[in-house]
Amino acid sequence: MAAKTFAEKVLSRASGKEASAGSVVTARIDLAMSHENSALVLKSFQEMGGKDIWDRRKVIMLFDHRVPANTVKAAEGHKMVREFVRSSGIPNFYDFRAGVCHQVLPEKGHVLPGMLIVGTDSHTTTYGALGAFSTGIGATEMASVWATGELWLKVPETLRLVLSGPLPQGTTAKDAILRVIGDLGADGADYMCVEFVGQVVDSLSIAGRMVLSNMSVEMGAKAGICFPDSKTEEFLVARGKTFRAVTSDPGAKVREVMEFDMSRLGPQVAKPHSVDNVVAVEEAAGIPIDQAFIGSCTNGRLEDLVEAERVLRGKEASPQVRLIVAPASRDVYIEASEKGTLASLARSGAVILNPGCGPCLGAHEGLLAPGERCISTTNRNFKGRMGSPAAEVYLASPATVAASALRGEIADPREVDR
Amino acid sequence: MIKGRVWVFGDHINTDLIIPGRYLDDYSAKNLAAHVMEDADPEFPRKVAKGDILVAGRNFGCGSSREQAPLALKHAGVSAVVAGSFSRIFYRNSINVGLPVIVCPEAHSKIRSGEAIEIDMHGGSVLLPSGKRLTFSPLPDFLIRILDEGGLVPHTRRRLQGT
Repeated sequence: MAAKTFAEKVLSRASGKEASAGSVVTARIDLAMSHENSALVLKSFQEMGGKDIWDRRKVIMLFDHRVPANTVKAAEGHKMVREFVRSSGIPNFYDFRAGVCHQVLPEKGHVLPGMLIVGTDSHTTTYGALGAFSTGIGATEMASVWATGELWLKVPETLRLVLSGPLPQGTTAKDAILRVIGDLGADGADYMCVEFVGQVVDSLSIAGRMVLSNMSVEMGAKAGICFPDSKTEEFLVARGKTFRAVTSDPGAKVREVMEFDMSRLGPQVAKPHSVDNVVAVEEAAGIPIDQAFIGSCTNGRLEDLVEAERVLRGKEASPQVRLIVAPASRDVYIEASEKGTLASLARSGAVILNPGCGPCLGAHEGLLAPGERCISTTNRNFKGRMGSPAAEVYLASPATVAASALRGEIADPREVDR
Repeated sequence: MIKGRVWVFGDHINTDLIIPGRYLDDYSAKNLAAHVMEDADPEFPRKVAKGDILVAGRNFGCGSSREQAPLALKHAGVSAVVAGSFSRIFYRNSINVGLPVIVCPEAHSKIRSGEAIEIDMHGGSVLLPSGKRLTFSPLPDFLIRILDEGGLVPHTRRRLQGT
């Protein structure tokens, strides 16, 4: 047997064929996630003549993009999906209170290493942080998955990124992935399975690894993997799960191995209007901001809120800045609440939102006016992303966003900390 | 054969530009089409006509997995998108909603807005007004079949009915 990459192994197992990079396979799906766009999936499913979901236990639905419903149309979409979930007896449904899908699924123990997961959201790559092959698909093909349990997939080539370190104090997973995307470009990993390895990855928590996997799609990756280790095991055992890790064989053919020395990396910022427009924070420092957002499937986890609170503790955000915080899930919200993190952030002037995607995609809860500027812990700074197309979005780590909120302008968290 | 008038766009046209998130509570393709590409060109929804073709550079359709992006283009009348490369989810979504997508890196530098081109999906060529032909690798047969059947919905319906 030839040596295989992680992607080849997962897709061989899921298709029952010898899958090698470049070939197209029909794979059986282990887990299929959809959020509000379940309404769109449902519409296609019914048009296809779909009646029964192929395996109800393998489907997960939740609401996170527009919760609580921000328009009558959104409410109608929620209602339609709720009724379908009820009538078809889908056991895994998280209504408007649970939080962002990419936090909720791992947190609730739905994600296991080696699984083949698809979701109707591009940031479905997040689950790669636990060693699953996980990728985004569209609503109509999800309808086809609901009906048949299968999907055609091209077996991707592998790009291995060795992140050597250690990361300096004050530099985070967000800074590391922004630097990588800045160097490789917005299509630098197009169609590829990215494997994150090296000292930096080993040193990161599961939450930090989720930042890498989450944003791998911003360079076009089909999947972004961190291989399981003792931290993965601890995370899963705490959720009552056992698993078998899948990794790439030594000697498996990969497209390229690239090494990034992160040992001198400082905080990074992605300037408008593309995620690969990345500079060191010093080069953006001093730019005035109107809004600062901490949250999302990228950086709305407990350690992110704790980090932001550490920078802001006992101080008040600039009166020029609207500081908005959205914990990524209800569990994160409760934990951060019990630790006193949310109260401290609120004392610093933050508006604490319910868990959800909210402002990240310009759906609701903090849209920008023309000419306004926001620094955000989210994953996209596209024109119009968070409101007006004449607004600007800068992306950074929770510490950098918190420091910027204090100063009223983009600021280096290492300076504010001093 | 797909014939149409061309609109040229640049590299990295993302799905937020194609259809902004602020409109996505609406599932009507017609309503979405009224806003297609408006953050890239506010006049585009009024200017685009049935049969028009988009020609773009690298990484067309990057960003969100929203299927409303190809759906809005299709309902605005766009008959095909020719690009240097596509983001993978947009590419799949386009085929699934029945919008032809062609990877042809040469096209972006050789075609101007307003020109009329002709695309041969099966033969793999783009005929320019000058009479010159650009070639591309035709889609695999199973994808052409999905397009020919009008997208994944009719394709899967037939499969479920066993015809």
